[in-house]
Amino acid sequence: MKYSVQIVGVGGQGVLLASMVLGNAAMRAGYEAMMSEVHGMAQRGGSVLSTLRFGDEVYSPLEATGAADLILGFEPVETVRSMKLGNRDTAVLMNLDPVLPGNVAAGFEEYPEISSLIDVIGKENDRLYTIEATKIATEAGKAVAANAVMIGAVAAVKGFPLDKDLLKEVLLEKVPPKFKDLNATAFDMGYAAMAAKQ
Amino acid sequence: MTDLLSDNEKELLLGNEAITRGLFEAGVKFASTYPGTPSSEVGNLLEELSDKAGMYFEFSSNEKTAMEVSAAAASSGVRSFVFMKHVGLNVAADPLMTLAYSGVRAGMLVMSADDPSAHSSQNEQDNRYYSTLALIPMVEPSNPQEAKDFVAEAYDISEKLGLPLLYRTTTRVNHARSVVRLGKIRNDTPLKGHFDKDDASFVNIPAYAVKNRVRLLEKNRLAQEMSETSVLNRIEGEGDIGIITSGVAYCYVKEFVSGVSILKLGFTNPLPEKKIADFIKGKKMIIVAEELEPFLEDQVLRICAQNRFDVPVHGKRDGTLPREWEYSPDTMQRLKDLVKVPEAAVPMAAPDLALPGRPPSLCAGCPHRGMFAATKRAVGNRPVVYCSDIGCYTLGVQAPFRTADFIICMGGGAGAAGGFAQATDQKPIAFIGDSTFFHAGVQPLTSALFNHHSIVMVILDNRTTAMTGHQPNPGTGRHFGGIDTEAVDIEKMVKGLGVDFVRAVDPYDVMSCVEVMKDAYEYDGVAVVISKCPCPLLLKKDKKLAKKVCVVDQDKCVQCYNCLRMIACPALIKKDGKVTVDPSQCIGCHMCGNVCPTKCIEVRE
Repeated sequence: MKYSVQIVGVGGQGVLLASMVLGNAAMRAGYEAMMSEVHGMAQRGGSVLSTLRFGDEVYSPLEATGAADLILGFEPVETVRSMKLGNRDTAVLMNLDPVLPGNVAAGFEEYPEISSLIDVIGKENDRLYTIEATKIATEAGKAVAANAVMIGAVAAVKGFPLDKDLLKEVLLEKVPPKFKDLNATAFDMGYAAMAAKQ
Repeated sequence: MTDLLSDNEKELLLGNEAITRGLFEAGVKFASTYPGTPSSEVGNLLEELSDKAGMYFEFSSNEKTAMEVSAAAASSGVRSFVFMKHVGLNVAADPLMTLAYSGVRAGMLVMSADDPSAHSSQNEQDNRYYSTLALIPMVEPSNPQEAKDFVAEAYDISEKLGLPLLYRTTTRVNHARSVVRLGKIRNDTPLKGHFDKDDASFVNIPAYAVKNRVRLLEKNRLAQEMSETSVLNRIEGEGDIGIITSGVAYCYVKEFVSGVSILKLGFTNPLPEKKIADFIKGKKMIIVAEELEPFLEDQVLRICAQNRFDVPVHGKRDGTLPREWEYSPDTMQRLKDLVKVPEAAVPMAAPDLALPGRPPSLCAGCPHRGMFAATKRAVGNRPVVYCSDIGCYTLGVQAPFRTADFIICMGGGAGAAGGFAQATDQKPIAFIGDSTFFHAGVQPLTSALFNHHSIVMVILDNRTTAMTGHQPNPGTGRHFGGIDTEAVDIEKMVKGLGVDFVRAVDPYDVMSCVEVMKDAYEYDGVAVVISKCPCPLLLKKDKKLAKKVCVVDQDKCVQCYNCLRMIACPALIKKDGKVTVDPSQCIGCHMCGNVCPTKCIEVRE
């Protein structure tokens, strides 16, 4: 068994936390895990990519272009920017709530219509699942729990090899104690939203 | 956060966490650094853990000093570790070259964290050549497990030879994360040693240096023998095609190339020449897989020539593998006509849709924005060369600032400013951060005074080493590991050198800074402007950022967009002609309000 996840988003969205949760869960499930993270200059509000590969035998910290089993997209434009990491059969889980780049906020560039972003992936991919993670997190109590929503949703992706309860357990160990309830609720709502789509 | 002092069986560790744990398992008692990505996390971890681990650790003011303090420790019998990014070793190369002649009495590792693909760097130089230049042994781990395990092995090698050892990593080792099996923490090495004087070794006057060179070459012969039998150099798999590889390239070969025999090298200077020759003998083809320069390949070609082997060697020299940028599983596709590699996946096609860019940029409320805006306004259309430096303010290269015309290295902008002052009629304005000033800015400033260069130096004092993850520097004072020191006062220091034009400014008061920068531009001689404002990102981390936010009074706003054009803060939003503030990003610094001609932006608590 071998499984690879490409997690994409924007610095500050919790991409690193999500990859830590998935990686630790993989380790606890008895798999070998290799990951690659973005640190340093790229973190200053730029695009962020984190790679996780786990299984019985893995050596490479990076995945081949097009070979991801799952793309976990925390942000719509970033998901589309990283499309080439997956293929037609890659499960793509895309958060539909955008984070506006500086040039868009300042009015120098346009953010594409969300529907056009869904369309470009849908044309190339048979397993696109969209989720309004930030909106769901706000319903759960706080927008910052969007990454817990995303992790919960991952647990419901068909073929994802790690157990839902294990993921939740690891997530709750990684968040500050006072945000445990919030994250637990967000996780469950993410799971439910995703399960309903499959 | 992972407890690096735990006795758990295994942990999911970042390469740099694994290296830090490796120091504890090797009984290292002295460490020093100047922060630089991809090595930086080791420093942040030691800042927190060195005390508990019973070791001494310091952020030195630059890599050269870091090298020297660790050299003294190792020369006194204390195991020491000095670490830096690849370009940092250029700064520390001077002491390293002669330290090899002196030798060390306890193990000393010099970690060079190279950055293929220049993720956070100005070049992708291959520091493996420093091992052959300095004639010191080199060890290269391939993944986090090895990054930890090889530390102890490397100390044994260093101690047996009495030489500093180059511990060479790359971004995808430092910033890879994997399951790492932990070993026992070692507590039997001394924290204090004694420096036994020995002029013939430690005072390299010419009469001793020539003899020490002979001794160094002899140590290299011994190192060569150790490399031949080292467990760090091993053969895996069978077949008549051989792949010789090291570093992270091994991981790609191991997972994506099948049906070959792999000579996996971890002790890469001196190379195990006999082992390599035996490996090549009888093979029908050799491939050398390594990132960056053909360091192994050229030596393999030499070994083939010396042994009169007539075997094709594929690598960079024949164009099979690239010399530029880091490798990945995709790189292995370049070998598909030679060996068995998995069929490439068919990636989703690139979208036929214009996507807005998302380059890294200065944070909302970053004080550098104010200083750049003020400087641009003060200079106007007059001739100027913006000399910049290494730090967050490098991002001033972006619009609308464009305040970085020349960047080469730490302190390089300040040095070059003097040259531009003499060689052109363009006024040089050198931006330099506080940490960079202490690292390599004092010397060029002194030189500019000495030679009467007409330059402006703007010291962007944000009270931290921000870009690499907020390490302290001499300007902040030291407050960890049981040692507290006073901050070095930059203003007093500059005045002490004899600079007459010294102005300290608040970069959030942009319009006042404009007036100061006008005077500085006109000044004949060395003018120093110190922009004093702590990094808001650090304040946020330390929970010291006051909760304030800016609000635009739409009735008073005349939509001149001065705020957007001058400050370009990511918290400012322009939609349908209207400017508003994103409260989730705004920190209430009020730079936007400071440059507003109608004063329509207010700060609210």
